Amino acid sequence: MKNRAFHKELKTFRLGGVHPQDNKLSASAPLAQLPLPKQVTIPIIQHIGAPAKVVVQRGDTVKVGQVIAQHEGFISSNIHASCSGRIGIIEEVMDSSGFKHLAVNIRVKGDDWLETIDRTDTLVEEITLSRDEIVARVMEAGVVGMGGAGFPSHAKIKVPEGKTIDTLIINGVECEPYLTADHRLMLEKPREIIVGVRILMKALGVSRSIIGIEDNKHDAIELFEELLHEDKQIEVQPLEVQYPQGGEKQLIQALLNREVPSGGLPADVGVIVHNVGTTFAIYEAVQKNKPLVERVVTVTGKDVKQPSNFWVRIGTPVIELITAAGGLPESTGKVVSGGPMMGKAIADLEVPVAKGTSGILMIAQAETKRAEEYNCVHCGKCIEACPMGLEPYRLLLLSKAGQSEKSKRENVLDCIECGSCSFVCPSNRPILDYIRLSKTKVKKLK
Amino acid sequence: MNDVVLYTVLSLTGIGLLAAVVLYYVSKKFHVTEDERIARVEAVLPNTNCGGCGQPGCHAFAEAVVKSGDLSVLHCPVGGNPVMKQVAEVLGVKAVEKDPYIAVVRCSGSFEYRKKTNVYDGAPSCAIAAQLYSGDTGCAYGCLGMGDCVVACDFEAMYMDEKTGLPVIIEDKCTACNACVKSCPKDILELWPKGKKNQRIYVACLNEEKGSTARKECAVACSGCAKCAEACRYEAITIDHNLATIDPDKCKLCAECIDTCDVRNIIATNFSPEKLQQASEHRQKREERERKKREEEKAQATANNNPEPTV
Repeated sequence: MKNRAFHKELKTFRLGGVHPQDNKLSASAPLAQLPLPKQVTIPIIQHIGAPAKVVVQRGDTVKVGQVIAQHEGFISSNIHASCSGRIGIIEEVMDSSGFKHLAVNIRVKGDDWLETIDRTDTLVEEITLSRDEIVARVMEAGVVGMGGAGFPSHAKIKVPEGKTIDTLIINGVECEPYLTADHRLMLEKPREIIVGVRILMKALGVSRSIIGIEDNKHDAIELFEELLHEDKQIEVQPLEVQYPQGGEKQLIQALLNREVPSGGLPADVGVIVHNVGTTFAIYEAVQKNKPLVERVVTVTGKDVKQPSNFWVRIGTPVIELITAAGGLPESTGKVVSGGPMMGKAIADLEVPVAKGTSGILMIAQAETKRAEEYNCVHCGKCIEACPMGLEPYRLLLLSKAGQSEKSKRENVLDCIECGSCSFVCPSNRPILDYIRLSKTKVKKLK
Repeated sequence: MNDVVLYTVLSLTGIGLLAAVVLYYVSKKFHVTEDERIARVEAVLPNTNCGGCGQPGCHAFAEAVVKSGDLSVLHCPVGGNPVMKQVAEVLGVKAVEKDPYIAVVRCSGSFEYRKKTNVYDGAPSCAIAAQLYSGDTGCAYGCLGMGDCVVACDFEAMYMDEKTGLPVIIEDKCTACNACVKSCPKDILELWPKGKKNQRIYVACLNEEKGSTARKECAVACSGCAKCAEACRYEAITIDHNLATIDPDKCKLCAECIDTCDVRNIIATNFSPEKLQQASEHRQKREERERKKREEEKAQATANNNPEPTV
């Protein structure tokens, strides 16, 4: 272990967890701007909640940052043009979810931004907006949770009625192997992230905040310790490397030793968790008036020529990122959107980058192939690994038998789909696949 | 030692006798008289416990039917009319005849017509694949080909055709129990009236996308061109969301629509080629007559110097 400037004890969550290989190949690749693509395809559903309503027509000219789809209701999100140009066809296209959704195509011409957006790199530290103004600004900017779930951020900033929030947690864990998007962002934009944390604290009205960073990112921990050593309100907490520490509930357990009740939200235990990527997007939205039109995407894989971290405009076809990182390796068996544990293989390389796309991972055929499935030997490894304290082997059997009511009683809905059970299973059983099926069925029961 | 054996035997015998007396008393006192007709109805039922009638099993069906005494709603699809007639005899009510149904596969996208665009290697179950993504071909509506329906079938009435990748229903064995219909995540299987002489006509496609898109994904997709709907004399074919659907209640099995489909995706089961040929000629003649009639009317209208065009 390197000479560490900090001497804090490492924390971690109590229940379950696994240790997949780190493979952070792109950790030293600085953030690079991806050249503008010829066209972008922007899905109008990139978040949890109601889909946005398209407000442009084919043939319209748009500038970067212009709203192309308006949110419908509070749990919904604005979608902005990520490139300037002319609106092309508006039709259903395949996105990284594997299903067809309505998307707006823009033929890119120049890079013409809305004048109201501050594109300079100067750090704006003073927070002038009030709490409600912050919520409104974040809502207007279409910021959603960038760790992957895509929950509209403004809904998480507004404190729910009857709940008191005492702590804000900033998720800099990035426990997924391979991915380095958050890591690079923390290294290159630490001051902006800290301002983002202050904005969130002001909006939530809390006086305590913890930034949780896993121990495999020493440089980021040191950097934040250095920047925050005089700050009494924001604390940096190094964490043991363990998957799935980036899960909201696991992170709360690790940092505060509080347990989110079954079916509950972090707000039930007085906590709100935001990802560092989201925090940066909130900084840009509030201080720079810049909507969420680009994000950091890690492009990586063992056989990839140049594992990289790119600033990518939302809607850029995945193939552009792969080309920029040195092309698709011949050995590739699957291209995954996200990390290897929770990511999803994409069926077409033309699918667009969405707000929740944290990485593009190319895995070799030999590594992706599913091994032969055997019977359950009741070894209990999945129970040991489950961070939610469930019994995955049993949930698999119940799912196969179609016993939705029993699955519900076994709290199948608490599953966070981290895949630790499938990862440790010595019989290579597709446990998570069946649990997911069961979750869908149980949700229909209500 | 002997004493121990003696006492043990005696006490156990005592307990046994006491329990027997109690049990006898309880069984007499709390005797439940079940309608003896339930057992008789159950005896004539197929006892496959498939759930096709909507009840949890054959005994539950028997109970329900005895309780309600009404055969217009409850119907055993497996036994069909002969069994229901026997049930009616047991209950002493009038039997209600119902048209037999059969499952049909509403997808024609075989390997030949529908090319694979990606490879799925997850758990071999349609239900799992369907919630993961739209499928390993371009068509998001078509058969996934992993055979959840075949697994669900209790009557060995289905198999997966390895050449086409689609399920095939064995007509004689299918009992219309609905198990395959429920198992299909894409709703491709559908119960269809078995039809007179086992003849039935249906559109074997569910693709609701625009014609051009649909055809790009599958060479035999319904493009919603509405030629079949125009040809139908009984208004049995409707076009909704770029998809033709035949209403089996209105369809008179004239088979005149079959050859209007440019990809031949209106399936006519158990029709002889001659009959189809006849139907086609019949339609062409009829259309010819109608065309002539229109022309005559038009000519007459011009002769009458009527500026308004007639339809």
